[in-house]
This record gives sequence, structure tokens and C-alpha cells, in this order.
Amino acid sequence: MKTYRFISLAVLLCTLSLVALAQSNETLIRNATIMTASHGTITNGSILIRDGKIVAVDKADKVKASSNAKVMDATGMYVTPGFIDSHSHTALDSINEGSLSVTAMVRMRDMVDNTNINIYRQLAGGMTLIHQLHGSANAIGGQNNLIKLKWGKSVEEMLIADAPRTIKFALGENPKRRGNPTLPSQSARFPATRMGVEETIREAFTQGREYIKQWDDYEAAKKRGEDVLPPRKDLKLEAMADVLRGKIDIHSHCYRADEIVMLARLCEEFGIKVHTFQHVLEGYKVAPEIKAHGANASILPDWWAYKMEAYDAIPFNAAIMHRRGIVVSIHSDDNEAARRFYQEAGKMMKYGDLSEEEALRLVTLNPAIQLRLDKRVGSIDVGKDADLVIFNGHPFSVYSRPETTMIEGEIYFDRKQDLEMREKIAKEKKDLIEREKRMPGQVQPTLPQPPTIPTEDDLDTHLHGKRNRN
Amino acid sequence: MKPKIPNLLLILAVIATFAASLLAQSKDMTAVYAIRNAKIVTVTGATIEKGTVIIRDGKIADVGANVSVPSNAKVIDATGLSVYPGLIDSNTVLGLNEVASVDMTIDTTELGDFKPNMKALTAVNPHSEHIPVARMNGVTTVLTCPQGGIISGQCALINADGWTPQQMAVKGSAAMALNYPVLGFGGRGGGFFAIQAGGVNDAQRQQRDRQVEALKKKIEDAQAYLKAKEAVAADKSLPARPVDLGLEAMIPVIKGEVPIRVSANKANDIKAAVELASQYKLKIVINGGEDAIKVAALLKEKNVPVILSAVLELPDSEDAPYDQAYSRAAELHKAGVKFAFSSQGIQFIRTLPYNAGTAAAFGLPKEEALKAVTIYPAQIFGADKLVGSIEAGKIANLIITDGDPLELRTKVKHMFINGKQTDLTNKHSRLNDKFKDRP
Repeated sequence: MKTYRFISLAVLLCTLSLVALAQSNETLIRNATIMTASHGTITNGSILIRDGKIVAVDKADKVKASSNAKVMDATGMYVTPGFIDSHSHTALDSINEGSLSVTAMVRMRDMVDNTNINIYRQLAGGMTLIHQLHGSANAIGGQNNLIKLKWGKSVEEMLIADAPRTIKFALGENPKRRGNPTLPSQSARFPATRMGVEETIREAFTQGREYIKQWDDYEAAKKRGEDVLPPRKDLKLEAMADVLRGKIDIHSHCYRADEIVMLARLCEEFGIKVHTFQHVLEGYKVAPEIKAHGANASILPDWWAYKMEAYDAIPFNAAIMHRRGIVVSIHSDDNEAARRFYQEAGKMMKYGDLSEEEALRLVTLNPAIQLRLDKRVGSIDVGKDADLVIFNGHPFSVYSRPETTMIEGEIYFDRKQDLEMREKIAKEKKDLIEREKRMPGQVQPTLPQPPTIPTEDDLDTHLHGKRNRN
Repeated sequence: MKPKIPNLLLILAVIATFAASLLAQSKDMTAVYAIRNAKIVTVTGATIEKGTVIIRDGKIADVGANVSVPSNAKVIDATGLSVYPGLIDSNTVLGLNEVASVDMTIDTTELGDFKPNMKALTAVNPHSEHIPVARMNGVTTVLTCPQGGIISGQCALINADGWTPQQMAVKGSAAMALNYPVLGFGGRGGGFFAIQAGGVNDAQRQQRDRQVEALKKKIEDAQAYLKAKEAVAADKSLPARPVDLGLEAMIPVIKGEVPIRVSANKANDIKAAVELASQYKLKIVINGGEDAIKVAALLKEKNVPVILSAVLELPDSEDAPYDQAYSRAAELHKAGVKFAFSSQGIQFIRTLPYNAGTAAAFGLPKEEALKAVTIYPAQIFGADKLVGSIEAGKIANLIITDGDPLELRTKVKHMFINGKQTDLTNKHSRLNDKFKDRP
């Protein structure tokens, strides 16, 4: 364990020095093809960055930088906004508090591991911001978290100021799985059916509503000057109350058309909305209902048949829902797919004939809207954070790759630097092993793989079958 | 008595319809097609900028810039389009797995450690919804493989179209699937379980060694079985031996007619597998091959090809380069090792071309990326006289596209499998049609 921790520290330090080099008040990215995601593509364009913000984006001859600006020549290169993953489980120490069917009190904020190597791997694919979700083991999971992938920085520096609060709900096979235990030694947890999932959520909403009333009554009595005891504080119901007050957005894992409509109706019963349906593989079947409810859709692009409720998943889902006026994003839910959002978006030009900008928005502006961060990120516009990816070719060509990724004007991934760093790391690793071998009386170190922390919802990783080897 | 006449007429009509449909079907099989004005990427020969491909009796009859079109040919004008050979996915479970989480829909893994007589082709469901979906982006042919145990059974090279498994088969027994015994649990030399146990322990080593011994014994048994069988054939006075179906199935392997396809990822396991094949004079193909570059010299020297696990994969350890899986193919190419790409499963067969394309984004020449999903797998599975390129005499498996099939945005416009124009609709396109304009 120690050895690879040390190596990641080395990677981290190298990256830090890289970041330090890149730090300068003004940066000019010159002569690029700029895919803005909001207002088309600018050929021979330049982007001027000051103090981490985009201050100008236009044709190269119209953008003037100060004389001490750091200039990055991007002739022949393409620039896109940094990608945003609206459904990630990356860099979390654990994701499922599945002991109860409602665990609204737990927070992913407390689980962030800023040294997780997947942060760096995803930066290398152009990812800059992720929505870290609780898993789908229960009907109401925990509160989610948002970070920017500022590799090498502290958790506090990765957090996004004034980020919206969101919570994970889950419908269908996953939350009812524990109601149908496969081993005799396991005890069943309610619910075991989609009927029970609905009632679990209705019960939590009902309790939350009563909790609000208890506190309102208490405050009113206090105002009247009565000497009353406050109600007992309940962290789970605090969260449910804020869901009902509209202060926490619901992001709900779902697959089948029936359960999508169920949750929309249930929320309407309590005067609230589902903010974003997650996965929503059968969203295309009930797109008019989703649109009428006013929810967004955050989807898996072309996964299917890994379980029964995914058997009707189709890659045209994004295009169908988009054409119905729903804000659609593509998400990863997976450490590997999160490294190539440019490919996932590109495929959507084929599946459903989206335009280039519509496809790009699926992984930039649309997830930003869904996460209420579109004033700050998601497109290349003046005033927004300089979260950018520079590609060596068109990002939707399979033959292209990201060369540089920056967040707020700082470079966090650069392929050239990465290649140079490899030799150093290899040498350091060799030295460390040699040194440890020479230590008298020491047991030879083994270099095991780090334990794989499940990154997919509970059992899904296995069920997806993607990484099954034989 | 009166109703008899209409009845007779009805029967006649039914017979006529049936006969007509039979005729139509056989007509389709024997139809002559001419694909004209196409850019033809033959893969094995030069690319023809504007030419014609003639398909007759399920085969490619002719290909060239100046080919005369038979008068009875159905003409497809492919102006602005390109013709490529159908793509080949070198490791899948197509037809054997319908819904990954529902056991009753899965036929990949038989019980036991040694089951060489299990044939993937037997369990291929020709009407699986996965087959037309797999075709979506140009895959016409796949290797479909049994799993589990040490010898899993026989992989079949199949076309992604046909009424029966036999019609789908290009080569019913294209390789013998074998999992090289590894240390500890799973396929990764210890992994998580090794940590829990405080490193690889003696018990794990002994277990692995026992499994390797059992494998060797099985091969030696098969050699002895073949020798005895040949002796009986030559000398009728010798007593006949009872038939052993497992050993019987090993005979083509022992004779070197069918390769063993050994799943191995760690350098030591790959090396041991290659040595085992040398020892018993078996033909070998490595499947997985994550560490293949570390034993590239040996692979090159012994002429052992590698079926790479998916390119779109995470690195295998925390301190491995981020692009380890992306650049593996380029490194093997530089080292002179032959390889082919695979999607390693079922739901991502349609993304096979993007595995090849991504390898090209990380250093593999584009032509090599294309070869590794066409002619190389055909060569590896001994089917290069049948599929893998556009050459006269080969099975007419080809795709007509609006561009480079490895590109994300390219669409397949027409597909031919066995010379038959293949339906490009599938479960996904049907659901799209049904719901896209739903009121």
C-alpha cells in the first residue's frame, strides 16, 4: 500500500510544479478552432483568460492580450469547454449506506478522496467537474457532492462554492434487491417491489412534511411567547424537509417508464419536482410526461441489456428526449467511460442525428444547467470559469485525443508533461523497490493491486458485464 | 360438397405462396449484386478510388476499377460511399448471453474444469436481439466463446446473420478456449485477495501448480488417446478403446489444427502458456494480453498472436500510465507482434470499431487498426481464405458506409453477409421508430 501511495504523491508533486509554472495572471490560447457549446464554432479563434475567468473569446485578430500574458499557440488544435459528469462515483471512499431504505442524512461530502488516481485519469480525458452521487442501494440515498478535478489540491479547494444541494433517489431493481436476498443468511429489507419503493418514498415525504409542521408550530408558539420545548432534531428529516422546501434537488436513478412516471406523480402530490432523472434508460418512452413535469434527463449513452430493466435501452434516447425539449446530459457512472466524453458525445451525432453543438452540449452546457452551474461553467463564454480542453484534432474524431486540460486557467493535465513524468516515476519506483529489498531483516515487499472500490451502483458493476473477463 | 372447391383453392393458394416465398429466399441467396462507383478499401490490396464489387452465390465474384456488370445484377449505386470488409470482433459471447443479470438467459459457462467438447455454436441463439444490434456499426463476424474452468470449450467464428447456428458458422470450431491457471482468485495474479492474505501465499501457489499439472495431464491424456486410436485404426487386432468425448474433442488441438486460445494477462502467465504450447506442439493464441509487451520478444519469435482485451479500459494499476490500454496496440505493433481487437463481451460489440480507432489516436497506424478488426483476426482463426478482406472468392461479408468505419460518426448504409443484403434495423431502431413521435 505504502509504495503506491508514495508514487501517487510523487505524481502529485510533479503536477503541482506543473501547475505553478502555468500560473500567470493572463493566458492567451491562440489560433484554435473553438467549439463554444453556446454560440457555435469559431475558426482561427483565441481565448483570453484572466484570473481563472474567460475575459475574451473571438476571432484571433480581435483578441488582444497584455504583453506579459502567457501565450499558448493552438494552431490546428480544437478547444472545448471542460466536460461535466452529472453522475459519477469517482473519488469517493464509499457510496452506499444501504442498511436502511431511507438514508437522507449521509453526505458524499464526507467521503471525498482527493488522492484517487481516477481524478487524474479523467482530467486526461478532459473532465473538469463531477457530480459525486450516493449509490442506488436504497430508495432515498444520501446527499451528493460536486467537485472540480483540481488534482493535487485539498478537498476544500476542489469543492464548488455555493454549489446546489442534491440528493440521490433510486427506483427499480437496485433498491428492491435487498428485499429479495439471494443468500439464506441475508435478512430481507423493505421494500422488495416497485410498489414498496413508491410507499417508502411517500412515507419519507410524509414524515418530512410533519417534521416541518412540528418546527413551524414550535416557532409560532415561541413567537407567541409560550414556553415550549423544541422538537427533537432529526438529521434524516432535516434533509427530507429541505427536499420538500425545494432546497435540495432530487436526482433519481431510474430505468423503466412506469417508475419514471410514478416518481413524477408522487412528487407532484407533495408540490415538488424531480429535478433530474438519472440513467432514465426508458425516458424516450415517456418523454412527453417528463417534459410536462419539468424534469431534466441525465443518461447512459449506449449501454443496454446488462440487466432486465435495461433491456429496452436504446442509443436514440438522448435525441428523442432532446427533441421533446428536455435538457439532456450524458453521464458516465463509470471511471472508464468518464475518460472519453468526447467520444460519447460524438456518437450521438450518429444515433439520432444531433448537430455538432447539440452533441457537445450533452457533456458540457446541459449538465451545467442540470447542476445549476451554467452561469459559471459549461460553455466558452466571457465571464465563465476557464475550464477548457485542448484537442489535437476534432474532438468527435476517434483519432483525436486531449492534449491539455485546464481548470480556472490552471493546467491540471498536459500530455507532454505526462510523458516526461513517466520516466521519472518508473525510475523512482525501481529505486524504491531496490532500497526496500536492501533493507536488512525486512520482508520483501509485495506490490499488490489496490483494492477495487466499487464505483458503480452497488452490484451493477458486475451486472453490466462490461469488465467480465474469462 | 360445395365448399370443397374454395377449400381446394385455398390450399393451392397457400402452396403457391409458400413456394413463392421459398423461391424468393433461394433467389436472395443466389442473387447477383453489383456495388458501383464506390471507394473500395480491400484491406489486403490497394484501395480502389472508384470501382465495382460483384457478388454472386454468396461470394465476392469480382472486384476492380473496370469490372463489367452482369445484366441480371441488382445494382447499388455507391457514389460517395465506401466499401469495406465486414468487421470481425475477436472475443464475444454473442448468442450465448441475452440479459447479463438473468442467469436463465446465459449459456456461456458449463460446470467443471475440463470441458473441451462443449461447443459455443450449439448454444448460439440465432434470434438473439443482440445480433442485429451488434451489426449496427459494421461488425459482420465474431468469435463467440464459452467461459469458465480451465478448458472452457470450443469458440465458434460466426457471421452475425442466419436462420440456424450452422448457417451462421464460418468455422464452427475456430479455437479451444483455455484459461491459464493464475495465482489466487480471479485473473489478476492475486489482486484484492492477495492483499487480504498478506501477499501471494504458498497455498495459492500450490493450487495454481496443481491446476497446471492437471492441464498438462489432460493434454498428455489426449495425446495418448490419439495414439491409441491411430494404432487401433492401423491394426484391427488391437482392442478398441471406449470413446471419451472430452479427449475426442482435443484431437484437433493435439494435431495443431485448432489453436488453443489462452486467456492470460500477466507476463509470467503468458510466458508459461507459450512454453506449454511449445512443449506439446500446440498452436496458440493469447487472449487478453495486458502484459503482452513485456514478453513481446517471445511472442514475436514463436509467432504467437494476441487478442487484446478492450482498448477502452482502465489502466491495470494505480501507477500505470493513464493511456496504458489505449497505447498497448501501438507498442505491440512496434514490437512486431500480431494482434486483433475485441470488445470482450456482448453489449459493446457495436463499439468494436472505436476500440480500434482509439488505439490509432494513441500511436497505432490507422491501416493497422483496420487490419486488426478485419484480416488479422481472419488469419489468427485460420479463416483468411474466407473472410477479412475484399477479394474475389471470399465470402461476401462487406459494409457500405458513408466514411471510415472506425470513426464515431460514420453510418453503415448497407451490409452484406454471405452475399445476402442484411437487414440493418434492430430492436433499438424499432423502439426508436415506435416512440420518437409518440403523442
